[in-house]
Amino acid sequence: MSHPIVAKPVAINPLKSSAPLGAAMAFLGIEGGVPLFHGSQGCTAFALVALVRHFKETIPFQTTAMNEVSTILGGADHLEEALLNLKSRMKPQFIGVCSTALTETRGEDFVGDLRTIMERRAAELAGTKVVFASTPDFEGALETGWSKAVLAIIRALVPATTVKRDPRRVNILPGQHLTPADVEHIKDIVESFGLTAVALPDISTSLDGTVPEQWTPTSYGGCPVDDVARMGGAACTIAIGEHMRGCAEALHEIGGMPVVVLDRVEGLAATDALMALLADISGRPVPKRHLRRRSQLVDAMLDAHFHFGGQKIAIGAEPDHAFALASLFQDMGAQVVVAITTNASPVLARVPADVVKIGDLDDLEAAAADVDLIVTHAHGRQMAARLHTPLLRVGFPIFDRLGPAHAMRVGYEGTRDFLFEIANVFLSQEHHPTPESLDPFRASQQEERHDRPSFSRH
Amino acid sequence: MTQTLKETIASVFDEPACAANAAKDEKARKKGCSKPLTPGAAAGGCAFDGAKIVLQPITDAAHLVHGPLACEGNGWDNRHAASSGPTLYRTGFTTDLSELDIVLGNSEKRLYRAIRYIAETRRPPAIFVYSTCVSALIGDDLNAVCEHASQKFGLPVIPVDAPGFVGSKQLGNKLAGETLFAHVIGTREPEVSTPTDINILGEYNLSGELWQVKPLFERLGIRLHACITGDARYAEVASAHRSKVNMMVCSAALINLARKMEERWGIPYFEGSFYGVSDTSDALRQTSRLLVSRGADADLLDRTEALIAEEEARVWQRLAPYRARLKGKRVLLYTGGVKSWSVVSALMELGIEIVGTSVRKSTDEDKTRIKQLMKEDPHIFEAIPPREMYRMLRDGEADIMLSGGRTQFIALKAKTPWLDINQERHQAFAGYTGMVELVRCLDLALSNPIWSQIRAPAPFDADGRVAKVARRNGLQSVLEAAPDKPFLRKFAGADAQELGEC
Repeated sequence: MSHPIVAKPVAINPLKSSAPLGAAMAFLGIEGGVPLFHGSQGCTAFALVALVRHFKETIPFQTTAMNEVSTILGGADHLEEALLNLKSRMKPQFIGVCSTALTETRGEDFVGDLRTIMERRAAELAGTKVVFASTPDFEGALETGWSKAVLAIIRALVPATTVKRDPRRVNILPGQHLTPADVEHIKDIVESFGLTAVALPDISTSLDGTVPEQWTPTSYGGCPVDDVARMGGAACTIAIGEHMRGCAEALHEIGGMPVVVLDRVEGLAATDALMALLADISGRPVPKRHLRRRSQLVDAMLDAHFHFGGQKIAIGAEPDHAFALASLFQDMGAQVVVAITTNASPVLARVPADVVKIGDLDDLEAAAADVDLIVTHAHGRQMAARLHTPLLRVGFPIFDRLGPAHAMRVGYEGTRDFLFEIANVFLSQEHHPTPESLDPFRASQQEERHDRPSFSRH
Repeated sequence: MTQTLKETIASVFDEPACAANAAKDEKARKKGCSKPLTPGAAAGGCAFDGAKIVLQPITDAAHLVHGPLACEGNGWDNRHAASSGPTLYRTGFTTDLSELDIVLGNSEKRLYRAIRYIAETRRPPAIFVYSTCVSALIGDDLNAVCEHASQKFGLPVIPVDAPGFVGSKQLGNKLAGETLFAHVIGTREPEVSTPTDINILGEYNLSGELWQVKPLFERLGIRLHACITGDARYAEVASAHRSKVNMMVCSAALINLARKMEERWGIPYFEGSFYGVSDTSDALRQTSRLLVSRGADADLLDRTEALIAEEEARVWQRLAPYRARLKGKRVLLYTGGVKSWSVVSALMELGIEIVGTSVRKSTDEDKTRIKQLMKEDPHIFEAIPPREMYRMLRDGEADIMLSGGRTQFIALKAKTPWLDINQERHQAFAGYTGMVELVRCLDLALSNPIWSQIRAPAPFDADGRVAKVARRNGLQSVLEAAPDKPFLRKFAGADAQELGEC
């Protein structure tokens, strides 16, 4: 296993989306919030379009609209004007400011500027929390931006705690790779133990695609700012994904509560561990309905393993997502021949794939010539067509299929359904025997290839 | 039941070439060989099912089921007899009789119209028309309708008189053989005929298995004229009477057909199998021997031995890598009566241990062979009750079970690997390459990592209570990601009480 940086002088068919976009998604998980990109209009426009195409929702999203003059003279005025305009037009409770490559390259003193603005405009901006995350486009990808935004929120909005510890409240720090439906399910699981779950960010109530009764210019849902402020008093913090470790540690430093970083919440053993953990925190037994779901998952594994065994898989995903996906495929007896990912992470060393590389979809395509399934976001569709290989859409963006926000793939039932979904892709590719494919003399010339997967419909 | 059908069934039961039948006394023979089914404890298909299994692989023909919806509607396109060309055989045709059709006696007309519609819109080379319980019960004259339609539309319309209630699936197989003999075989002359033409009877090309062995014959210059009926065309079957040798696979099913073809056209037959290494070799050997006895060049025998030597060497070489992986694995073999002793001996050759086998439909000869193969402590079962089978597997008395779909879930619910070796399977296991495929599938099933995961106990009991030790272990595995973080370690040792206070 190795993960060298791919030495190619060009990125072809990018796998990653940029860090500010990830930060904006996280900011959208705060109630009454709006993300503000400190950069040129285009930075926001592209990210906005990507989000709208994925979620099929109006996304509150603004820009400081840097121009040539402000790029040379400094963007503080633009930032100030943007904050004031947002405040008067949208009346948000929360504004999440993300820097971009433009303003970072210029070298603005964001923190200083923001402090000045907040002091000078205290009256106008009263009642709105403004949080800044440094997310230059040139560093990392979605998971990076997401965790930076969450860290910024924690640092800015969670006070060193003096509140009484609530033994039944649990903080959840979901990773960027989880969908709104995933987050909702995890909260449900936590609450089924009689605990209260506070998810930061909580896209399960803001990006879950509902029809509110009135027009709301900001995010309508998400984690309330007041709940964020009380996170220091929780009994425990559960972070999901290696990229959330820093956020968990920050909460621990503030509140001193025990924290656990789960590397994944998909699969039998991982869900068992989550259940045992919650039973431990709550002092209650695992509710019966989870036991039933567990048994259903075991049965799903039995039924699905016929179709996974020996399959060759190519994955293109962000580090923690790649780890979770590859681990699930490995659990089921499939072979992940390659995992292409977006940026360095300690979790890459543990991704169970023959090859783990940082790269783009072009690298994935080169390595996927002989696989049975490509697992990446919707931009994988071109390579899938060229390689005549099925594509399983995961991650972001998924713009050519409906319902990515509601793909629920965690816990016992999410894993159960995900296994069926994948097995059904294999089944839909069922090969029909031909005289040529079964010719024993042809087989003798292809002895090396006799390890093709078997497709059976039991 | 019509008189003709009665007579056909009686003659099928009194099959002189059937070893089991020959061993019976006069009285027992008269009673027939189908055991009456036990209501409430019967499993398996009916005669209609059996007849359709045999005939449907004729790929360019239309297969029309005359009855209410269930017979075709609930079971169409459910087998995997592969075709290298036409796909019409996979289209489900049924007269879908309604209550009114039955009450008003409209069903013969309906059948006639159905035949006309298929003849006109699909233009198949032939139409097989299957009777069912209902059409037989209300007395539809299938023969007359088919004959009339045949003349009217100028194509063979063949009545298949095997309604479900007359008996088992196996009886239906035989009735299909009778149908072919009475209405199809010998009705046409082949376009070409060579001294090395053969037919294979009882091979249905399930999952394409015929294609794993056909090239072996071709390599020897032997021409497979008709496979009855795998990947067959109507014209091939109709002219099968000019072939020189019949090989009979799955013997019980079409033995009546093989014997009658020998009687009428002098075609010698032998029983053989393409499952396993030595049986495949034997099949090639016997075919060549019979062909030479019928006038083929004698050098065929030498060429056959050369091919066998070459292919056997290659198959063992390809199986060698599995030896280390499979050595000592214990297999429970649970099949009806498949003639697969050569598979068993090949598996044992790889170091696999057969911990038990069933002999439900096996002959005395089969049983003797099992005893020879499984010298030490043979666990031979007649039939294993499901509960007992579950217990055996649950208790780990075997590492894997090879069986058919009916017992699949007993193995899976006992969290035991399982491999389908019955006719419903999708893998092709015939010939030399099929043996390698079987072993590959066996290895794949045994080595799948789910077994250890699903067998590991949950970290909580049936009431959801986390045991103290299990809880610690569970947490430790959660925390493996960062054992270096002291606050995590502290948490790992904490129990619910401590947590509540912190």
